[in-house]
Amino acid sequence: MNTNEIIKRLNEVFRDVFGDPSISVSPATTSEDIDDWDSIEHINLIAAVEDEFGMRFKMREVSGMKNVGEMIDIISERGK
Amino acid sequence: MKELEYPFDGSSIMRRKVAVKRELLSDGTPRIKKKIAVLGGSTTNHIVSLLELFLLNFGIEPEFYQSEYNKFYEEAVFGSPELDSFAPDLIYIHTTSRNLTMLPESPAEDEQQVSQRLEEQFGIFRQVWESLSQHFSCPVIQNNFELPLLRRTGSYDGWGVTGHSAFIQRLNVMLSDHARKNASFYIHDINYLSAVCGLEKWHDAEAWYLYKYAMSTSVIPDLAYSLACVIKSIYGRNRKVIALDLDNTLWGGVIGDDGQEGIEIGPETASGQSFSEFQRYIKGYKDYGVLLTVCSKNEEENAVLGLEHPSSVLRPSDFVSIKANWEQKDKNISETAEELSLGTDSFVFIDDNPAECAIVEGQLPMVRTVSFKDVHEAMYKLSRSGCFEVTSVSADDLHRSEMYAANAKRTAQQKNFSSYGDYLLSLEMKAEICGFLPVYISRITQLTNKSNQFNLTTRRYTENEIRQAGQSDDHICLCGRLEDKFGDNGIVSVVIGKCRNTELDIELWLMSCRVLKRDMELAMLDELVRLARSKGITRINGFYYKTPKNRMVSELYGSFGFKRDELKENGDSIWHLNINDYSNKNKVIKIKEQGEQL
Repeated sequence: MNTNEIIKRLNEVFRDVFGDPSISVSPATTSEDIDDWDSIEHINLIAAVEDEFGMRFKMREVSGMKNVGEMIDIISERGK
Repeated sequence: MKELEYPFDGSSIMRRKVAVKRELLSDGTPRIKKKIAVLGGSTTNHIVSLLELFLLNFGIEPEFYQSEYNKFYEEAVFGSPELDSFAPDLIYIHTTSRNLTMLPESPAEDEQQVSQRLEEQFGIFRQVWESLSQHFSCPVIQNNFELPLLRRTGSYDGWGVTGHSAFIQRLNVMLSDHARKNASFYIHDINYLSAVCGLEKWHDAEAWYLYKYAMSTSVIPDLAYSLACVIKSIYGRNRKVIALDLDNTLWGGVIGDDGQEGIEIGPETASGQSFSEFQRYIKGYKDYGVLLTVCSKNEEENAVLGLEHPSSVLRPSDFVSIKANWEQKDKNISETAEELSLGTDSFVFIDDNPAECAIVEGQLPMVRTVSFKDVHEAMYKLSRSGCFEVTSVSADDLHRSEMYAANAKRTAQQKNFSSYGDYLLSLEMKAEICGFLPVYISRITQLTNKSNQFNLTTRRYTENEIRQAGQSDDHICLCGRLEDKFGDNGIVSVVIGKCRNTELDIELWLMSCRVLKRDMELAMLDELVRLARSKGITRINGFYYKTPKNRMVSELYGSFGFKRDELKENGDSIWHLNINDYSNKNKVIKIKEQGEQL
């Protein structure tokens, strides 16, 4: 799975979770860039991403990801 | 919204919750508003988000208060100004086995020590409930406790004195006991829910360490749905009717083709057994006050034939309405709804044919439909759907079906007659009109005290006064019982007249509204006149005393042919009838002779 494909699917997840069809994520996107991306919605985001890509994040990864780029790296390694 | 009905896709709802909420709030449905306080022993945010969606879909618009993280005990027992000013309509205590602080620690502990631990653990929760009920007189819903995933000692954990599973099960019994003894206190059974989801799926250590969720986020939709069912049941939002298809739903095969001897129901075959079990399961709902109806494409004759199969658990009389014809099913359901004076949002429709379910859903979106591959799937969907979630059982529930059945049959019958008189004749009414027999005294007294509408003088009597009037020579006392081919209405009318030489003053004339427009009042008048004549009376005086509720009988005596002597300013009126040339008015009710069985 290439990065573009991941970003495309990831974008749909972000739009659903934050209920905002105008969202467009890039590897540089962080929680600062999206209004509702707080620690609570992070939980829902993680669950939705795991569901979308058929994989689980490790505990350390869940709390350690600094931006969408790191998320993409993990997905490309283990996602389906 | 179909997406929120069981069986639902929990992860999709979770992911799309913002859009789903937006859609629900803009659909124009009228909803009741309720303030719900969630006191948590772990994180509750997504539970609340999902609960909101399911409640909105059940017609309830919630406003939420959430306690500080894991402060359920402190906020309940020591109070919280925020909770006070929120003034909840309902409180949900979301605790789980993660909140148990008194679990046995050593296998050396004996029964007495463990019992002590149980008492203390239970005491902590009892303190919470008592304090809440002192501060807020509102319903309280409490989770019971889920079994642990891990059992160090295997099966022994479930029965050994210091086993954690054993401890939790004993505690759950204590919670249930408390719930049965305390109105407005309800158990949310996460012990069942965690089992039905699977403990392996339910428990999620990472969700605990990362987010302090006491269960996997993947089962949060199940938890929220199950809780929403309890809440909507408390607020009377349950479904009330199960409309059932027949062929391949209540029995295997097609009655029209296979005949009564050819359908599969009963112990002979595996499939026959499953249909029997399904019928028993459905009949159990009826026992809890759910109304059953048939909605089937069939000849009515064949439908009844199938239900009269010797092994059929459900009999024709178990249904308040049987619609077996070749009309569209949605049309039949709408008609049934009208006959029962219920909305289509009270209906659950069960049919093995998904196409029929789709048509009904398309035409009547408020009807819940259940399609299935085998009847066990239907039973399971019905069970998990929470459509008939019970939070209390009233005496009315236990008799609802009979009452509705008789009324629905009368209404249905009325349609088949062009004239109302023919309809009345078709009811084959029989009345027993007699003096105040001892067995009727308490019912007569009850009627004099609760009848307001069809009541000319609204005079209230004690049981003693009724007994005295009944035995007095100066009085003519009558009570009337009306039965028709659909059922016995019991004592429905009472008349008391006082003799003054050749005149009779009617002191009381009342009738129960359940037999309005059945000519029962004419039958009562006929009998009153007959008895009056036998006492040498020539004139009957009637009195109408106006109240805010009895306008329907202001002209009753006029309709009987009485002459009005006086109309007072306050609306009261006085009437009289000379009975020398009176001829009987009742033409539709057969009067029982003395001693004849109705």
